[in-house]
Amino acid sequence: MAHSEHADHAEHDHHGPAHGFIQRWVMATNHKDIGTMYLVFAGLMFLIGGAMALVIRAELWTPGLQFVDPQFFNSMTTMHALVMIFGGMMPAWTGLANWMIPMQVGAPDMALPRLNNFSFWILPFAFLMLLATLFVPGGAPAGGWTIYPPLVVQGGANFPMSMFAIHMMGISSILGAINVIVTIMNMRAPGMTLLRMPMFTWTWLITAYLLILVMPVLAGAVTMVITDHYFGTTFFSAAGGGDPVLYQHIFWFFGHPEVYILILPAFGVVSEIIPTFSRKPLFGYESMVYASASIGFLSFIVWAHHMFTVGMPLAGQMFFMLTTMMIAVPTGVKVFNWSTTMWKGSLTFEPPMLFAIAFLFLFTIGGFSGLMLAITPADFQYHDSYFVVAHFHYVLVPGALFAIIAAVYYWLPKWSGHMYNQTLAKWHFWLSAVFVNVLFFPQHFLGLAGMPRRIPDYATQFADWNAVSSIGAFGFGFAQLLFVWLIISCVRGGEKASDHVWEDTHGLEWELSSPAPYHSWTTPPSDAVILRGTTGH
Amino acid sequence: MSTHAATHDESQYYVPHSSRWPIIGSMSLFLLVGGAVVTLNGWGSGWSFLPGILGILTLFFGWFHDVIGENQKGMFNLAVDRSFRMGMMWFIVSEIFFFAAFFGALFYARQLSVPWLGGEGVKPFNKLLLWQEYSPTWPTNGPGAVGGHADGSFETIPAFGLPAINTALLLASGVTITIAHHALRAGHRGILKIFLAATFVLGFIFVYFQGTEYHHAYTELGLKLSTGIYGSTFFMLTGFHGLHVTIGAIMLTVVWLRVMKGHFTPERHFAFEATAWYWHFVDVVWLILFVFVYWI
Repeated sequence: MAHSEHADHAEHDHHGPAHGFIQRWVMATNHKDIGTMYLVFAGLMFLIGGAMALVIRAELWTPGLQFVDPQFFNSMTTMHALVMIFGGMMPAWTGLANWMIPMQVGAPDMALPRLNNFSFWILPFAFLMLLATLFVPGGAPAGGWTIYPPLVVQGGANFPMSMFAIHMMGISSILGAINVIVTIMNMRAPGMTLLRMPMFTWTWLITAYLLILVMPVLAGAVTMVITDHYFGTTFFSAAGGGDPVLYQHIFWFFGHPEVYILILPAFGVVSEIIPTFSRKPLFGYESMVYASASIGFLSFIVWAHHMFTVGMPLAGQMFFMLTTMMIAVPTGVKVFNWSTTMWKGSLTFEPPMLFAIAFLFLFTIGGFSGLMLAITPADFQYHDSYFVVAHFHYVLVPGALFAIIAAVYYWLPKWSGHMYNQTLAKWHFWLSAVFVNVLFFPQHFLGLAGMPRRIPDYATQFADWNAVSSIGAFGFGFAQLLFVWLIISCVRGGEKASDHVWEDTHGLEWELSSPAPYHSWTTPPSDAVILRGTTGH
Repeated sequence: MSTHAATHDESQYYVPHSSRWPIIGSMSLFLLVGGAVVTLNGWGSGWSFLPGILGILTLFFGWFHDVIGENQKGMFNLAVDRSFRMGMMWFIVSEIFFFAAFFGALFYARQLSVPWLGGEGVKPFNKLLLWQEYSPTWPTNGPGAVGGHADGSFETIPAFGLPAINTALLLASGVTITIAHHALRAGHRGILKIFLAATFVLGFIFVYFQGTEYHHAYTELGLKLSTGIYGSTFFMLTGFHGLHVTIGAIMLTVVWLRVMKGHFTPERHFAFEATAWYWHFVDVVWLILFVFVYWI
């Protein structure tokens, strides 16, 4: 049976990639080519955003102003966030979705391939516009990535540029999310029932729903800021009966689900990797699915925990405190399920597993500091301090970013057909894991001691831990060059990878050859193949 | 093996060949927002919009022309048809949430920020220290009496005048498009043509009435986009709705032209259905608008 599957593929594979750069890449319709473009774009943005982070950490190396003026410093914090979130993380996840979802559900491609290409090609133009703000009179936006009015309305030439760039990113995300949902709902092979889907596909399905529901809300907020600035509306001006706090509500109605958009696919990746290297099926697969869906739902009713100090009625503060804490329940289910999957497993520590385990520990630290921030009266102390910076960087860097790196180390041999240098990859892991803690852990202390975020200078008592944090930043940043080198050399050649790549892989993507054929499943996999591939069922 | 063979036939997914429209679309979008940036920053005149608008128009004509051509050649099977349907459905859902942001702003202003500005609830000091004179009643243009006539006053449009007529027009158009849909499915092309035409004519009349209403509001009532929070929510909600009705009516016109050319079968008519869903969506948004913006 399995052999006949492979024979079928060979038959259909004679139409490979189109010839010519423009034909293949600019006018692409293939999910792997588009996925690769997304990933390369995200990698480029990670490097640009990372360079901005290093400007920030260089300036904060000692008290006083040394390298940049405060306005440019504020531009760096703002642009770092926008580039990393919208240019790095989201395209990286979309790239992984493009590569993996059709392979995992037994489809030849994404459901709407041209729309897929449109989603991608909007991004380079959007970031051309955003990054161009660095060179216009007045410089790049400096009011923080949350673009709060009234501050943001005072922006100069960068204001319409950054606003319309965000609009373009939103269009790209919405179209990409529609494609993911349609692919999963319509392109699954017969026999690939919803509760047989791999966790990465599941978490991305929930992510795509979140995207469709919140990106338009961000578009609404951005539109209101634009009309307040140029066309005299008073949504966010008290004189006309509006309220700047209204902006914060609308923004965070987008912003909080956005956080889960960044982390849910990471949950999926970790749920794929830990069972493989524990040589056990994922513990509590169905509870993982329901926990992901619960997190998706809860993400819509917690947003005001970002604005406890803004002056809300007590009932509002209580409500958002309790709902926020409730998120710890499904997240706890996940953390315990991963731990239980590893319990008594035959663990081995290949690079993807190392990053997944680091994710498990360090993301949990980020989750716990999140619980601390959820307590309204305590948050009055932590708000806008470096404690918050430490919290969300723990969630996003050793959380989401480590999961992206783990995913690349896990699936890169399947994509390229080559195994990378695992020893060097372990070096990459240990350097990253050590430096990321040197970088972000001291920021907890700084925040609790009272250092505010988004300032270029600080009181001298914060000097020591800032210096430590800056050392960590440069160590972490330069360690990532190793990752870039590893990927490039793996794509170019190396030891041939087997079809299953790792010892105990489950999932349809491993039933395809390495490198995977250009059109993944031109005929649907049979029930037997699906059953063999399905994790733990 | 038999199940495999059976699924094999119906699953010859259509993977489209490469297309230049996505990149043309991305560049046009860039030119369009670039035109907006140039105009808003005062770097050039409103003509800066022209390249972007031409690009977007080329995009719509070209991309739809190609897809309709492929469809007429029978290149799309049922699975592709289903993908299109789902795609349109979720696109409409995202549109609903775009409107939700503006309705959210309206409800927040009416229920929270305006009463707070008048010192109600948890904000007594707004009344005591900042705005002693302000009485927080809806409609309002805020304690600063922003916009409106020279003295800061303005009037609103009563629900049971033109807006009620517009409601009737849109509801009637919802009925006519349903009749057209039933006619299409039953193969009655004559009835289809008449009722589809009636639908977009009703849509364009609605847009025309909205235009006269706006003119009236701007020239006589002192109700403008800049008339405080009432003007902001009123014009942004009705304006985006009007834009969607215009787009929907253009879509209906295109579908009607395709009907005249003999497109669509009783079984397969995705473009018709997608347009009908879109039309019902703008219809429902209007009903909510009518109740919360005009009526109560």
